[in-house]
Amino acid sequence: MTTERGWTKITRTENIPPREGRPVRIGDLEIAIFNLNGRFLTVENACPHKGGPLCDGIVTGHAVVCPLHGRHFDLESGMPIRASDPACLAVFPTRVEDGIILVDLGAGARFGEEAAA
Amino acid sequence: MRRLVVVGNGMAGVACVEHILKHNPEFQITIFGDETHVNYNRILLSLVLAGEKSADEIVLNDVEWYRSNNIRARLGAKISHIDRATRTVVDETGEATPYDKLILATGSSAFIPPIPGVDKENVHVFRTLDDTHALLAKARKGLKTVVIGGGLLGLEAARGLQVRGCEVTVIHLMDSLMERQLDATGGEYLKRRIESLGIRVMLPRQTAALFGNGHVDGLRFASGEEVDAELVVIAAGIKPNATLARSAGLEVNRGIVVNDFMETSDPDIFAVGECTEHRGQTFGLVAPLYDQARVLAATITENRGPVFSAAAPAAKLKIMGIDIFSAGSIDETEAGVEVLKYEDPALGAYKKLLLKSNRLHGMILVGDIEDEYTYMDWLRSGTDLSSMRRQLLFPPAAGDRGLEVADMPDSETICGCNGVRKGEIIHAIHEYGITTMRQLKDRTRASASCGTCAGLCEKLLRAVVPDFEVETKTTLCACVPFSYERLREIVRTQKLKSVEEVLAVYGNRKGCEVCKPALSYMLDMLWCGGHEEDRSARFINDRVHANIQKDGTFSVVPRMRGGITSPDELRRIADVADKYKVPMVKVTGSQRLDLLGVKKADLPNVWRDLGMPSGQAYSKGVRMVKTCVGTEFCRFGVQDSTNTGIELERRLENLFTPHKFKMGVVGCPRNCAEATVKDLGFVGQDGSWQVVVGGAAGKSVRKADLLVTVETTAQALEAGELFFQYYRENGNYLERSYDFVERLGIEKIRKETVYASDEEQKKLLDRLHRSKEYAQDAWLERDRPSNPTQFVQIEPMEMKPEVTEGQLV
Repeated sequence: MTTERGWTKITRTENIPPREGRPVRIGDLEIAIFNLNGRFLTVENACPHKGGPLCDGIVTGHAVVCPLHGRHFDLESGMPIRASDPACLAVFPTRVEDGIILVDLGAGARFGEEAAA
Repeated sequence: MRRLVVVGNGMAGVACVEHILKHNPEFQITIFGDETHVNYNRILLSLVLAGEKSADEIVLNDVEWYRSNNIRARLGAKISHIDRATRTVVDETGEATPYDKLILATGSSAFIPPIPGVDKENVHVFRTLDDTHALLAKARKGLKTVVIGGGLLGLEAARGLQVRGCEVTVIHLMDSLMERQLDATGGEYLKRRIESLGIRVMLPRQTAALFGNGHVDGLRFASGEEVDAELVVIAAGIKPNATLARSAGLEVNRGIVVNDFMETSDPDIFAVGECTEHRGQTFGLVAPLYDQARVLAATITENRGPVFSAAAPAAKLKIMGIDIFSAGSIDETEAGVEVLKYEDPALGAYKKLLLKSNRLHGMILVGDIEDEYTYMDWLRSGTDLSSMRRQLLFPPAAGDRGLEVADMPDSETICGCNGVRKGEIIHAIHEYGITTMRQLKDRTRASASCGTCAGLCEKLLRAVVPDFEVETKTTLCACVPFSYERLREIVRTQKLKSVEEVLAVYGNRKGCEVCKPALSYMLDMLWCGGHEEDRSARFINDRVHANIQKDGTFSVVPRMRGGITSPDELRRIADVADKYKVPMVKVTGSQRLDLLGVKKADLPNVWRDLGMPSGQAYSKGVRMVKTCVGTEFCRFGVQDSTNTGIELERRLENLFTPHKFKMGVVGCPRNCAEATVKDLGFVGQDGSWQVVVGGAAGKSVRKADLLVTVETTAQALEAGELFFQYYRENGNYLERSYDFVERLGIEKIRKETVYASDEEQKKLLDRLHRSKEYAQDAWLERDRPSNPTQFVQIEPMEMKPEVTEGQLV
């Protein structure tokens, strides 16, 4: 746990169109922020399968479909939708203030790891 | 051998003969029909009118059937009287035919109300194949058409004519449409649905007169109000054809009176079908008539025993886009009847169930008839529903209820329309080795008419055939559980313009990576580009107009029409490759150049520097036209393949198609640019072009079918455009042209494209040209992005560079 973890202003909400995702690179980290019709969710931007850019995937409900090979992930939990694919995505707490999206970059967690941290 | 004469060559009479043949009778059979056609399925005439089926497709017994069963068919012969004393029937020419047994199956005619002016020109009825052809000859775009009668037949005629472009108004005497099958609420839902399809409904209206000088100009109602009409169709009901029987002195009321064995008052004369009256009741729907046919066949072959009893029939409207089902008794005032209702005005769905002693007694379903089969099963079997009271309006799917098709007796009728019993189906399955529903339909006709029993047939097949093959599914996906055809109809008639709208009204509100791109395509195609484009519903390639690669970069293929380029273009491509450090430049299989490994953020600048239009190499759309050099340089060329290819590409470029669409034009049959393995190809001959379609040289290899051979390049281009638009409109999303051609058959495609009427061709081309007007080079979005961050990499407002992936958790 470093002091740098914490809420970071990313971009204005209108920069992410409804039902689409956009990538943002901060240092070595690349995240994908999705706009689920006004609700914003953030995950790491690399599919655990072959590293596909999830930001470019089609959104279905609360899940995103990787554009490379069609793996589905729940954007809230980071869990894969199909049980046959056990790898999870890291999810980042996200909130909106004054039309600006803030992401807690330090608090990224993969499902099930939170308790151990 | 005894002589059996059948007067009437319709569904009931011929069905009866079919049953008689099964009894191995000692009869010499003669059938008289006043229509000149072999026996056809009258129920499906509305589909012929609407163009969904051809006249050939509704034939029930072809000429070969009559021949192989040694039946003498006298078609186009009208019997004018029966001489009971000499036991002969006499036709209009005076020719007498003797009989030992006589079956009257004279059917019914359209009831024409005694209104002044009904004899005017352009006033039609809709009862026979000839009537249908007569209507089709008159129907045209914008023709002011009035249908008198808001019952089953009237509405089917109205929709059929409207599909043909007529401006249709339905006039009905009653307050409510289809009042014999629906209650007032159901009628109101139906009316709204019909109106939403673009048909005007006027009720209640009593027609006082048809006016016009020789031909009809309009109708006047009892109130004095008038409407214009260039064509009038009377569908005000039917009346039994009983004149022949009446003049022969048989007992006749409204129809020819028959007893439970289908015997008339003369022991040698029998009657069957719509001409009959049984216990005071006459008939208009087919199912009870098939029961009559079976009973009469037993009676007449000295197996007298089975009796006819008329059960409350089921009625279903066979109109694309309207789901109506009604069966059993719908009289809610009947003592002991309980009523359950459900309605959803937004969905246009209305359900009403009538229960009596905890058993289903009748039903009305409008807008949502998914459960019709379950309900019919409950109605027929008299299932005690006490334990299911909570689920009656939304019953569990038939498959989950453990309904045991095995428990049904072999004598049970499975297909009411075509009178097919369980035993016959099982027999046919074994005898012909049937494994699919299509084969079952072809062999037995079960489920071939209204389709109500398809679920039951499928169950039976599953139970009897261990290697039952489920037919290729045509439903788009679980999010919007409708077939493509149905969805196109829904989108068109409901005027839905966006993917979100379709998903909200007809889907699960979520959509997925399967249905969203499919719906995007459908909307763009149906509204000729005038839909509300939603990029979030498109695959990434169609959001940024480039093909995503394994590392998340993109490939860029500029359009190089006909595979022809110039030194200047090549220099620009080389400069772009240097400037953006493009890792690979590749010559593609489509006679173009591919720049691989371009970053998303660089795309707009790459396009600008190239100064060439998008080659759509990333899209389910028009890819390219591959050409050989043709007459311009080749010593063997007989046609100008390069310029023709460039023109073809110009005409179709920038349009979306169900799947990628590749073309080829070659200047001679040596076929150097492989036109015969393209979705659309032109093969130059000396003095003509062969236009070929449905070829493939990818995952599948298929030689294209010849669509047509034409003399001029202009004709070839037009034939190509016709096929192209026809495929756009009728292909299912992700269905390549080679699957499409195999599914529909080249004959049907020819008939509906290059051999279609001038008017149909014009409509296809108009829609193509309208779409083309909307379509533009996608790469122009370099200057007018669809949203502010379409290509832009978002930079965070605050930088916290210390955060790295290693620090997760």
